Amino acid sequence: MTNVADRAVFSRRGLLKSAVGAGAVLLIGFDVSRTAKGAASAPVSPFRSWLRIDQNGAVTLLSGRSEMGQGISSALPMVLADELGIDWKDVLVEQAPNDAALFGEQGTGGSGSVAGSWLGLRQAAAAARTMLVAAAAQRWSVAPESCTVKNGAVTHGSSRFTFSELVESAAKLPLPDFNKVTLKKPAEFQIIGKVVSRKDIPSKTDGTAIFGIDVRPPGMLYAMVERCPVFGGKVKSFDAGAAKSMPGVQDVFEIDAVPSVHSWGGVAVVAESTWIAMQARKKLRIDWDLGPHANESSESLRAEFRRVVDSRLKTIINQGDTDAALAAASENKRVEADYELPFQAHATMEPMNCTVLVDGDRAEVWVPAQGPEWVLGTVAEVTGLKPAAIKINTTLLGGGFGRRYHADFAAEAGQIAKKVPGKPVQLIWSREDDMTHDFYRPASYHRLSGAVDEKGNILAWRHRSTSTPIAEWWSPKAAPESSELGCTTQMPYLATNYKLEYLPSKSGVPRAWWRSVEASSIGFVMEGYVDELAHAAGIDPLTFRISKLDSRLVKDPTNKKAVPLDTARLKGVLQLAAEKSGWNAKLPHGHGRGIAAHYSFNSYVANVVEVSVVGNQLKVHRVVSAVDIGTPVSPDGIRAQVESAIIYGLTAALKSQITIKDGRAVQSNFDRFSTLAMNETPLIEVHIVPSTLPPTGIGEPGLPPTAPALTNAIFAATGKRIRRLPVVPTDLV
Amino acid sequence: MAITFEVNGKSKTVEVDPGTPLLWVLRDTLNMTGTKYGCGIAQCGVCTVLINGAAQRSCSVPVSLVAGKPVTTIEGLSTGNTHPVQQAWIAEQVPQCGYCQSGQIMTTVAFLKQNPKPTAAEVDAAMSHNICRCGTAQRIRKAVLRAAAAMQAALPQGGAR
Repeated sequence: MTNVADRAVFSRRGLLKSAVGAGAVLLIGFDVSRTAKGAASAPVSPFRSWLRIDQNGAVTLLSGRSEMGQGISSALPMVLADELGIDWKDVLVEQAPNDAALFGEQGTGGSGSVAGSWLGLRQAAAAARTMLVAAAAQRWSVAPESCTVKNGAVTHGSSRFTFSELVESAAKLPLPDFNKVTLKKPAEFQIIGKVVSRKDIPSKTDGTAIFGIDVRPPGMLYAMVERCPVFGGKVKSFDAGAAKSMPGVQDVFEIDAVPSVHSWGGVAVVAESTWIAMQARKKLRIDWDLGPHANESSESLRAEFRRVVDSRLKTIINQGDTDAALAAASENKRVEADYELPFQAHATMEPMNCTVLVDGDRAEVWVPAQGPEWVLGTVAEVTGLKPAAIKINTTLLGGGFGRRYHADFAAEAGQIAKKVPGKPVQLIWSREDDMTHDFYRPASYHRLSGAVDEKGNILAWRHRSTSTPIAEWWSPKAAPESSELGCTTQMPYLATNYKLEYLPSKSGVPRAWWRSVEASSIGFVMEGYVDELAHAAGIDPLTFRISKLDSRLVKDPTNKKAVPLDTARLKGVLQLAAEKSGWNAKLPHGHGRGIAAHYSFNSYVANVVEVSVVGNQLKVHRVVSAVDIGTPVSPDGIRAQVESAIIYGLTAALKSQITIKDGRAVQSNFDRFSTLAMNETPLIEVHIVPSTLPPTGIGEPGLPPTAPALTNAIFAATGKRIRRLPVVPTDLV
Repeated sequence: MAITFEVNGKSKTVEVDPGTPLLWVLRDTLNMTGTKYGCGIAQCGVCTVLINGAAQRSCSVPVSLVAGKPVTTIEGLSTGNTHPVQQAWIAEQVPQCGYCQSGQIMTTVAFLKQNPKPTAAEVDAAMSHNICRCGTAQRIRKAVLRAAAAMQAALPQGGAR
């Protein structure tokens, strides 16, 4: 890190008037919208990222966004470079230090990095360009409008100044009003929308990329924690004798539960290597207080779900008189269906880890985190140190998918490091720790009732559901349903009567944000069920959907801040996916094609899946995806994210789940939590709708329409309607 | 107990419990972190290295078993990302988070040595025991075939063998 984190030189409104270090620089801050979940609410700078131009002309983006594979360390520089007028390759990216006063709240999630940075980043770059042009125009005594900017230089006729020649005088000019700077028109984009080679890839093919688990500060020790296998259990007493006497073991001690981050506490082993810590841990003798959830099982939870869904639920939306319309509908046009989804683990390939050095009244942390600020607050909480005395280094993340938004690992690592002062300690979770102490995608149960008339109109659509809500754990003051309903509060399909009802169910299983969050469940239910209504109406599932999507903006009656759903854009992706997949082309016997579309994170995605079923053997041949995410900033990055989300979604639909027995997770490693293998991976095509609207997210929205397109394809191939995930072979025959 | 073996052409002697898996000797004793930990039970493949040229899951190989043997890790594959498999990985823009890719690349290197002209189905079968949660399988498939073609083209007599 450079000396940029010298706060004295930053002015509150973003322009640096004096020099940082040796060279004069132009430094501009810009605000990007917040997506952080559950983070502390200390006063923060309005600026979350900084654009810096050094005297040698080097352009640096100081970004608080974590790189977890989504390519953000390439997409943001593309936007910056295009607006500023330099080659994309010449933008350096630095992970911003975690200093809320300087860089504001940081957090990477909600598919929000490009969408949230788009305007502010362009305004900052345009402001810098304006200042550089003004500096050049002054020296030439010409009008700024007569100058052009390209490849890091300002030109006027045959005269030319590079940015490095201009930066000193430009930095003395007043900062233009961000709302008045001239932004490039989409037709002028040179880099945005082009295929580029990602900056981070070479370090990921030669082993030099440093993930959190790879940091090796001098003198580092290794730690593991034995936690109660039952959710919510704690240490009653323990005998560390055998573990402590092992060669290479430095210390064994208990660490506390930290309720603010739902960290469980346990017994920590600190050793000279990971392997010694793993072996010593096996020698611990711990008597556990199993807590109140030791009897919970998937079966007991299912019984609870069915009890709740049959009870009087809370009405969230009631348009028309759905109950009466259902009662009046003829039996043969009514569709009753129960849908079920299990808990899912994130299973990032890099298990949770966090390295902390507590040295006197200061601490340093190396952490692969989506929410470094939450890590900062948590380490401060458990060490008693001031946040300003704690330096957070955000490393590369070996997968995130929402799991790394948390700070439970930091609560453990901070406590451990405090007991071993002066030595960095790397806390590593084993795969078993990672899978059995995740914050899982909630399990849920949905009861759908509806009816269509002779012409295929939807007379009634009633969605009653229950789940283990995320809000109960992370926003206890919010209504439990606020985290669970997704697009059901913005019903895109025209229905004469629509009713939405919900109540939470009791469970001790930890839950939180998993890739695409509640859309991963809601997308499956809505798009499976609309397919059932199409079938009941005797209408092709694509035609049926299209006929219910005219041109409307659907607001969310439960959330005024929600961006309205544009049914024309949903229709657009359905039509594109259908066209590219050859929706109407004949398929061989035993094959089937299914379609689904979903709106999540303000983005529109439709997937068409083609399968074949022979006996109980399923093969997924092809997935054709169409996405409308506004301006496509980095097309190959978008394709990669959609391919990724589809495979993650297929794994959850076909292979993986977390089941519960005796209050604990049954699956603990990849032997029983299986993932889609390459020989099961279909060909995936991604088509992007051209657009000049502001960009929206793409890390997650490819996932929700994947499972329903798959099960709709299985229905087309076999006539078997699957309403419970994951699909098992007996569903197919 | 002192155990001597060769890592990327250099002789290394380590003083560890002989039952320590090679993975942890590489990562914690030799500070070579390109080889990753993923599952510890030889299920995911992120720890794959070459022992005597064969792909092995280093999390499940006690270091005593590699005494005197040559081990190649991702760090020793080439200098400057020049191995055809690395080149293919970059050309196809395979990695996302990248955590599993050392293992994917080492598995591919060993596979193409055994089967220099694989069919797509053979690639699928060979690569189906390495897990990637980012879902890069489609790009890995293309990259393996690209690397195979590049390695064939680089052989004398236009790749006949």
